[in-house]
Amino acid sequence: MDLLIFQAPILIVQASLDGILIGILFALIAYGMALQWGVMNIINIAQGDLVILGGYIAYTMYLVGIHPGWGVIVSPIIMYFVGYGLYKLVINKVVDRDLFISILATFGIAIVMQQLMNFIFGADVVVAQSEYGTTMLFDNSVTLPNSKIFAAVISVIYAIALVIYMKKSKLGRAIRATAQNARAAKILGVDTEKVYAATFGINAALCGVAGALIAITLTLHPYVGLPYTVRSFMIVIVAGLGNLPAVAISGMGLGLFEEFADYILGTEFRIGAVFMLLVFILVYRRFKLSKKREYLK
Amino acid sequence: MNKVKQKDLILYSGLIILGLAAPFLFSAFKVQLTYLCVLIILAMTWNLQGGEMGYNSFGNILFYGLGMYLTASVQVGMFFPLAEWTESGGEKTFVHTTAQYFQGIGVGLLVAAIVPTLVAGAIGYAILGLRGHYFAICTLGLGIAAGEIAGGIEIIGAGQGFTTPPFPAEIVDPEARGKFFYFLSFFVLVLAFIFVKYIYDSRFRLILNAIRDNEDKAEAMGIQTMKYKIVGWMCSAFFCGLAGGIMGGLIGYIDSTDVAFDGREMGVFMVLMAILGGKGTLWGPIIGATLFHFFKEGLWTFILGWQYVALGVLIVVIVVYFPEGLMGWLREKYPDRFGEVIDEKDRKAQVEIK
Repeated sequence: MDLLIFQAPILIVQASLDGILIGILFALIAYGMALQWGVMNIINIAQGDLVILGGYIAYTMYLVGIHPGWGVIVSPIIMYFVGYGLYKLVINKVVDRDLFISILATFGIAIVMQQLMNFIFGADVVVAQSEYGTTMLFDNSVTLPNSKIFAAVISVIYAIALVIYMKKSKLGRAIRATAQNARAAKILGVDTEKVYAATFGINAALCGVAGALIAITLTLHPYVGLPYTVRSFMIVIVAGLGNLPAVAISGMGLGLFEEFADYILGTEFRIGAVFMLLVFILVYRRFKLSKKREYLK
Repeated sequence: MNKVKQKDLILYSGLIILGLAAPFLFSAFKVQLTYLCVLIILAMTWNLQGGEMGYNSFGNILFYGLGMYLTASVQVGMFFPLAEWTESGGEKTFVHTTAQYFQGIGVGLLVAAIVPTLVAGAIGYAILGLRGHYFAICTLGLGIAAGEIAGGIEIIGAGQGFTTPPFPAEIVDPEARGKFFYFLSFFVLVLAFIFVKYIYDSRFRLILNAIRDNEDKAEAMGIQTMKYKIVGWMCSAFFCGLAGGIMGGLIGYIDSTDVAFDGREMGVFMVLMAILGGKGTLWGPIIGATLFHFFKEGLWTFILGWQYVALGVLIVVIVVYFPEGLMGWLREKYPDRFGEVIDEKDRKAQVEIK
C-alpha cells in the first residue's frame, strides 16, 4: 500500500487527535438532537442547517470586526429564539403525529433555510479566522490548531452546564418529566406546550454553539447542513436517547472514522463514507435485532 | 359493472389519444411534456411502496440515477472506449451513427431497467428490515451516498460530469429529438400505468396494504412480508431506472449530485407529488404530478432564485395541512364516489361520542 498514512505513522497521531476533537463537536450536536427526539419524538432534518446558521452568526460577527470566539455566547442566544420561532410556526403542528410527517416538514424547513442562507451569505465556502494559532507536537510533525482545542473545551463546558441545568432547574425537571410521559406530566400541571417550545429552543441554541465553533475550526457553506444532521442521527442511534457518556464516546468514534476515511479513501469520498456508515450501522442494528425477532423502534 | 367498464374505456382511450396528440398540439412544450411523463412515472411507482406498502423511501433516486448512468455508459461503451469519452468531456471525438445511437439507447434502457431492479432485490433484504422513519433516513443516506460516490469515480466523469451521446446529426428534422423522447417516455408511462393498474386489482396490493396497516399482524396471518416488500421495491426500481435513462438522454448531461442522484430535487419531488395527489390511490400521484408540474413551471419563472424557498414552503404546507392529499380530501367530501358506504346512524353516533 502506498498510502500516505502507512508511510508516515505520525499521521495516525494527527488523524486521531483531529478526529477526537471534531468528534466532541459532533457529540454536542447529537446531544441536542437526542434531547428533542426524546422529548418531542421528532426527527429534525433541519438540525444541520441550524448548526450552519449558528456558524453564520459567528461569521457575521467576524465580518463586523468582533472576535468570532464570542460567537459561542451570542450565537446560542439568537438561535434559541430562532428555534422558539420555528417551533411556534411549524413544529408545534407536527408533534404527536406520524414521524414521517415531521421528517418531511423539517426537510422543507431545511430547504428554505439553505436557500435563505445562500441569498444572505453567498454560496462561497467561508471561514471565520480566530487567530488562536497552532500548537506543534512531536518535533513539529503534528500540527494542532488551538481553535480545535478551544472548540472541544467549549463543547464540554456547554454539555456539562446543560446536564446540570436539566438536573437542577424547574424547567429541566419539567422537560425530563415530559420526556418520560407527556400525558402524566400534563396532568401534574406541566405546560407541555411551553416545554416543547423550550426544548426546541435549547436544541437550536446547542446547534448555535456548535455552529459558532465550526465557523472557527472548519468551514461554512450553505449546503453542508445535511451531513451534520446525518452525523448526529447516527450518534443518537448508536448511543441511545439520553445517555450522555455514550453520546460523547460515539461522537469521538465517528470523528476518528471520518479522519481515517479522509486519509485512506481520499477527501472526495469523506461525505460518502459518512452516509455509507449510516446505512451500515442501521443495517447492522437491524440484523442484530432481527435475531431476537425485534426491530428498531 | 359493464357500464363502469365502458366509462373507463372511454376515459383511457381519450387519455391515450390526448397523449399521442399532445406533441403536435403543443409542439413548443415537448420537453416539458416529456418531463411531465417522467414525473408521473416516478410519482406513481413511488406510491407503490410509499403509499401502498407504507415504506416511505427517500432513496428511489438511487435507482433513477443508476438508470441514468447505466443508459449513458452502455450507449457509449457499446461502440467507443468509455474512459476516453468521459475524459474528452464536451469535446466530441467520437460520433454515433444513427443506427448506433438507437441500438445503444435501446440496450442501455434495457440494462437501466434490469440492473436497478436487481440492486433493489439485493439490498432489499437488508434495508427493508428497517421500519418507519429508520427506513426513511436509511434510504435518504443511501441516495446521497450514491451521489457522493458517483462524484468520485473517474470513468463516469467524476465531478466534471458525463455528456451523453448527442442525438444523431444525420436526422435533419429539428423536431425529431423532442418527439423521440416524448414518445419513449409516453410509452413507458403507459406501460407503468398498465402495470400499476394490474397491481391495484390484484391480491398483491392487498398484501402490501396489510403490510402498511400492521406488519406484525400480516406476518402472523402467514404472509411472508419480507418477500412481498422486496418485490414491491423492485417494481419501483424497475420504472425508476427506465425514467432515469430517458431523462439522461433528454438532458444530455449527467452530473453526479445535480442531475443523477438529485435528492434535493427529484428525490423530494416524487414524494411530494404522491402526497399532494394522495398516497395510496391510483390516480392521486398522476394528478399530483400534473398539478405540481404546472405549478412549478408556471411559478418558477416568476420567482426566479426563490424557487427553492417556494419549494420548501410548499413541502411544509402540504405535509402539515394536507397530509391526505387531494384524493384524500375528495374522499372525505364525496365518500360515495369512492364506493364507500356510510352508515348515517353510525356516523351520528360517532359525532355524539366526540
